[in-house]
Amino acid sequence: MAETKAVATRASYGNALVELGNKVDNLYVLDADLAAATQTGIFKKAFPERHIDCGIQECNMVGVAAGLATTGKVPFVSTFAMFAAGRAYEQVRNSVGYPHLNVKIGATHAGISVGEDGASHQCLEDIALMREIPGMVVINPADDVEARAAVEAAYKHEGPVYLRFGRLAVPVINDTPDYKFEIGKGVTLKEGSDVSLIATGLEVNETLQAAEMLEKDGIHAEVINIHTIKPLDEELVVKTASKTKKVVTIEEHSVIGGLGSAVAEVLCEQCPTKMKRIGVYDRFGESGPAKELLHKYELDAEGIYKQVKEFLA
Amino acid sequence: MTKQELQQIATDVRMGIIEGTHAAKCGHPGGSLSAAEVFTYLYFEEMNIDPKNPQKEDRDRFVLSKGHTAPGLYAALAYRGYFPVEDLKTLRHVGSHLQGHPCLAHTPGVDMSSGSLGQGISVAAGMALSAKLTNDDYRVYTLLGDGEIEEGQVWEAAMFAGFRKLDNLCVIVDNNGLQIDGPVDEVNSPYPIADKFRAFNFHVVEVADGNDFDQLAAAFKEARETKGAPTAIVMKTVKGKGVSYMENQVGWHGKAPNDEEYEIAMKELKEAKEA
Repeated sequence: MAETKAVATRASYGNALVELGNKVDNLYVLDADLAAATQTGIFKKAFPERHIDCGIQECNMVGVAAGLATTGKVPFVSTFAMFAAGRAYEQVRNSVGYPHLNVKIGATHAGISVGEDGASHQCLEDIALMREIPGMVVINPADDVEARAAVEAAYKHEGPVYLRFGRLAVPVINDTPDYKFEIGKGVTLKEGSDVSLIATGLEVNETLQAAEMLEKDGIHAEVINIHTIKPLDEELVVKTASKTKKVVTIEEHSVIGGLGSAVAEVLCEQCPTKMKRIGVYDRFGESGPAKELLHKYELDAEGIYKQVKEFLA
Repeated sequence: MTKQELQQIATDVRMGIIEGTHAAKCGHPGGSLSAAEVFTYLYFEEMNIDPKNPQKEDRDRFVLSKGHTAPGLYAALAYRGYFPVEDLKTLRHVGSHLQGHPCLAHTPGVDMSSGSLGQGISVAAGMALSAKLTNDDYRVYTLLGDGEIEEGQVWEAAMFAGFRKLDNLCVIVDNNGLQIDGPVDEVNSPYPIADKFRAFNFHVVEVADGNDFDQLAAAFKEARETKGAPTAIVMKTVKGKGVSYMENQVGWHGKAPNDEEYEIAMKELKEAKEA
């Protein structure tokens, strides 16, 4: 098998910021003492005058970004998802969301794949928290190509955007000449007729592999990549549900409030469909190597395959 | 403007606060009244603004970090000409542009939404930093309550502004001594306030009477002339100032005057204006 390139989307974030920084002069990057981890360190090196390290104060950082945005600058606030969506939730809600300011939140180290740092740092609630905020766009890219495209799209979008990135290097799956990223547009990666597998973030690749395993059992799964959880591509969700009559969502997030909830909300109103939400089942994570955790929590291809089979049984 | 003219406007602002909260049957008169002079001074004397062009790019900015005292800000904006004074009576009504707490999107002249205590000072620091980053010469003012500075985020922002020497930032603390649950030094004392800001690398101006225009003028002049550090103006004021039965009464933090109380307040303020 050909070696697939693997890149952590947090690295894509840093690289994309540098690329953008070369093109535009109103982009600023803020960090809270984690520039090395969020991979914005390379932006800091390239554009020291446009990098603001706020030190360990996420709440203030979000407010400072809001202040920059009121004067026409486009700030990207960078920290771990736990602190961006968790600790600074109310600052994001009241100082960014309510005044609908043009602040971009680059939240790295989301999900259980943070790994060894354990539950205190494994944010499994950020999608739920962020998509509740009126006017907030929520994007969870699947790989390096998508993450870079998402950063550029976020910059061009007028209004607040939450970008979710991971720590773990994940295979590049979107490296195709015709790849196009559009906020709010889901992507059908594989056509199928027996079940719809709707995934987001690093689970897209795992789901594609699970679909191959299902194919060997004669189960034709449709695989859809939902990189934008808000606004959700409702049309595509309803279309695939109408076609296969069975929907499974897969996310590295709590099954409460994330992609699964968003899809369920749409389907129960527009196209009631038998559903299964795969994710973390109302519990905290734990320490361990990322891949071992994904396996234990049945969020790798094998675990997804197993859970889909149980659902279809 | 003469001191007397400013005093007349401050009295108008006070009447606007009473009109608004009376019409709304709720709201926060106490801390609005204690800051009537500072609202007046900022909008009629200190700040580079243009009511006809509220979004003027090089304008000075004001963030009402103690957002619950919006009735005072709205009254100052109305008398300055941002919108009709009549609008003040629509405070907190459905469909009004005068929300319970300041809202950027709704009200002409409001530079930032606020209301959740502790957040405004960070935004003000961000605005001040923004000017520094691109060599713009506007100044940024933010008003905080003395109870508000119990919030941790205030000190995150203070550390940030002090470290970055944001000398275009002026933080004003309205030290009226009272918060909802009682005197600030009985609830969770923020004292010593001036020393705290000094420790965070601020230049501090202590104002013995923040309801006196001469003292405010001197303080803002000193702030403007201070280079290399942000300034904190810590001003002693009287909560409920100008309405006899509200002065220094903790109960008037967040309660509106009824019809009878409204008449008394307006009569007192009219007399003050004619005196």
